[in-house]
Amino acid sequence: MGEIPAIETERLAKSFGSTQALSGLDLTVRQGGILGLLGPNGAGKTTAVRVLTTLLRPDAGRARVLGFDVVREAAEVRHHIGLTGQYAALDDYLTGRANLVMIGQLGRLSRSQASRRASELLDRFELTEAAGRAVKTYSGGMRRRLDLAASLIGRPEVLFLDEPTTGLDPNSRAVMWEIIRELAAEGTTLLLTTQYLDEADQLASQVAVIDAGRVVAEGTPGQLKAKVGEDRIAVQLAPGSDLAAAVAVVRAQTTGPVEADPGQLLVTAQMPARDGITTDVVRALDTAGIRVSDVTLRRSSLDDVFMILTGHRAAPGPAPESTPAGDAGRDTATEHGGAAA
Amino acid sequence: MTTATISHPPRRAASRRSNLRWLISDVAVLTRRILARIAREPETLMDVTIQPILFVLMFAYVFGGAIPLPGGGSYHEYLVGGMLAMGLAMTAPGTAVALVTDMSSGLIDRFRSLPTARSAVLAGRTIADLVTQVIGAAVVAGVGLAIGWRIHSSVADAAAAFGLALLFGYAFTWTGACLGMVLRSPESAQQLGFVLFLPLTFVSNAFVPTQGMPGWLQAVANWNPMSALAAASRELFGNPNPAASVPAWPMQHPELAVIGWSAVLLAVFAPLAVHLYRRKAAG
Repeated sequence: MGEIPAIETERLAKSFGSTQALSGLDLTVRQGGILGLLGPNGAGKTTAVRVLTTLLRPDAGRARVLGFDVVREAAEVRHHIGLTGQYAALDDYLTGRANLVMIGQLGRLSRSQASRRASELLDRFELTEAAGRAVKTYSGGMRRRLDLAASLIGRPEVLFLDEPTTGLDPNSRAVMWEIIRELAAEGTTLLLTTQYLDEADQLASQVAVIDAGRVVAEGTPGQLKAKVGEDRIAVQLAPGSDLAAAVAVVRAQTTGPVEADPGQLLVTAQMPARDGITTDVVRALDTAGIRVSDVTLRRSSLDDVFMILTGHRAAPGPAPESTPAGDAGRDTATEHGGAAA
Repeated sequence: MTTATISHPPRRAASRRSNLRWLISDVAVLTRRILARIAREPETLMDVTIQPILFVLMFAYVFGGAIPLPGGGSYHEYLVGGMLAMGLAMTAPGTAVALVTDMSSGLIDRFRSLPTARSAVLAGRTIADLVTQVIGAAVVAGVGLAIGWRIHSSVADAAAAFGLALLFGYAFTWTGACLGMVLRSPESAQQLGFVLFLPLTFVSNAFVPTQGMPGWLQAVANWNPMSALAAASRELFGNPNPAASVPAWPMQHPELAVIGWSAVLLAVFAPLAVHLYRRKAAG
């Protein structure tokens, strides 16, 4: 038997009243892996994280973190995990440093160990200057960084990040991405949930698309894109061009079926993602004496993956939200009390 | 799973400390957290500082002149025992508000995802609230002294009075903890706390002797734990205590009644609060 997985769930189920938040979730993340859990609001991402971090008891199925069962061996699990929720879980009235030291001590570090580690993390996340100020004076980005620092204070082997950049401005998001990449490079196992397709694409080595509480597709971002199909090329012919001839030329250059739209004089085809493909098609058409007025190449994105796998669109890409982090946090928190997303 | 342990990461060395020592350490850390906040923002103590001062002044100088004490005596001296009871009881809504706030901010979720002792969150909160009650009791005593209240008994009796008051106050805090586990917004905790705890203090002998109340209400007031606490304080301080002539058992044995009520509150509400806290984990 090889290395035990960092995270493993089997047919995990959880419902809140009549809402089935998780309905047979199967996940495996190897140690050191980065799993992006991708799904729209209400897909079950947060519930999955809450079960895996021992905050919620599942109704059925099993979940293990580093081989420890999250229900029967919850205490063990808590020694090895870090959690950064959607809202910064900090004491607003304590200073940044006091928050870190407190969480360190509660995470079983001695006071001096916690204090040393707090200085290290404050320095690393560029919060040293603000360390002596009450957290309620922090900006949204600073709160998130402190929150992440707090979840790292006990050097967890497995880190759960629940929508780590939701509500952040693009600048703070970029900083968070950088930090997350560094953590991954250090070998920390990460499970990160996101509604943002580009975030999963950017950060995760492995993506699980979830919808209605179960995994609908899994693989590397590249594999998922391949599942949906190869990139598509669309050739707009000049008026009066020979459509049938153009279809023949395009078919010779590509692999999949070719579609022709006689009304629009448009030829579209699936083709492998290969450098220079556009040039090849245009050159072949030119050689055949067919005039082209426009060529577009569209690479399939995780957006397409999502659409095809779940039948509905994912949330729009990261847009800076006007709500201050504090308010956004409170909203989410209220939702947690009952039917968590 | 016998092979699994091979690749388990090593436990942190520190976790070998005994569970009890960790529990004590966790409670200390969480208590300090709340006290640190009070030190940074003393205005959060208004409910145990400004509020009792206002009540004492209002009852001493506005209503007091119109309240005759059966058996005579100074109303100002009578007032302090009642105010002590009210001051302690009125911290319970604060306990509820603080717990609801921590719950909804995600902070308690963070604590629950750490290897922190399960019971430390509630223990830390109630112990910190006991510290604020000590401050509140000192404020009541201070303002009492200013309006002419004096202790006419021994130091031991006076200490016993404060001790009983804080015992009851600590036990009563657990009712606030239960409310905090059930309610979902700090606002509702604040309002419900007011609605529940205000009648509790007024339908008692805290400010007005029960002798003037309608018969059925007298019965309620005489068995109200607030009455027992106020009467016990008055008896131990050597202040006017009209309840001594009330035949109801708690008024004849107010100290025993306070101990009994405290034991009942602790036995019912502490386990209930812990149960409600744990139940949150099941979702």
